[in-house]
Amino acid sequence: MQTAIEFVRQPWPWYISGMAIAAIMLTLIFFGKHFGFSSNFKALCAACGAGKASSFFDYDWKAQKWNLWFLVGSMIGGWLTANFLSNGEPVQIAESTIKDLATLGLGVPTGIQPAEIFNFSFLFSAQGILLLAGGGFLVGFGTRYADGCTSGHAISGLSNLQLPSLISVIGFFIGGLVMTHLLYPLIFKI
Amino acid sequence: MKVLKFILVGIVFGIVMTKSEALSWYRIQEMFRFQSFHMYGIIGTTVVLGAISIFLIKKLQLRDISGIPIVIIPKEKSVARYLIGGTIFGLGWAMTGACPGPMFVSLGYGVGVMSVVIISALFGTFFYGLMKDYLPH
Repeated sequence: MQTAIEFVRQPWPWYISGMAIAAIMLTLIFFGKHFGFSSNFKALCAACGAGKASSFFDYDWKAQKWNLWFLVGSMIGGWLTANFLSNGEPVQIAESTIKDLATLGLGVPTGIQPAEIFNFSFLFSAQGILLLAGGGFLVGFGTRYADGCTSGHAISGLSNLQLPSLISVIGFFIGGLVMTHLLYPLIFKI
Repeated sequence: MKVLKFILVGIVFGIVMTKSEALSWYRIQEMFRFQSFHMYGIIGTTVVLGAISIFLIKKLQLRDISGIPIVIIPKEKSVARYLIGGTIFGLGWAMTGACPGPMFVSLGYGVGVMSVVIISALFGTFFYGLMKDYLPH
């Protein structure tokens, strides 16, 4: 039993995680739904009355309530893991990544997220506003423009062998590579 | 029960995102620098198993739990919106190290500042709604 708990508390290998995510997608399909997380942003905008400003939000968002409950569950899952299912060890990333991140001024990982970036005092710096608020804005804008995010396109869409999803995923990588390799060195120099 | 089952699947999703470290900014950086197989392994396994399963669902004409035949509605055909929208999303994904799901899981995990990322993403979606008719699709 003890070893089982220790096993669960370790980070899971990629193939276990991949199988679990496929199972989640299929469970939702058998519940008559479609795995796509970013639709929640649209539903939340609509729930806040955005329908008055744009007809895009004037739709039956209540049909998406199941997805909002899924969202609530995902937050509980994060909380449960932090409190009961984690050994608190930092993320074991590649040595080469640690070296690259050092050139941006970031230290060796001490947790699951870089403490230098995800804190409120960093948020109120020029880089912080840009990365956290600006980055969040681009995610929210881009995902609706592309009609899906990682779950809707990279997972559900590619599993359904849809061309639009392949184009979207290529876009995700163009954006991610440009940011990581061209823009990060500039942003972290500010 | 109707609501509970979605909360439960959500909880599993949150645990998987955290335990697989897919919500980690570090893992996303590793992925965009091609320095680890981890994220590719996760997405690759999911897509291979997902594609086989969806093929079988269609082939065997399976029904969902309410007895309704499962239909997966394909996305409308276009290039511009997926390529431009996808690229904008990718920029934000690398900046925050989080796609929409992991943002909320991270907040639940205790990363408080993620709330600002989420509110910004809501503004981003709202802004898309306002600009929609002026953008190439």
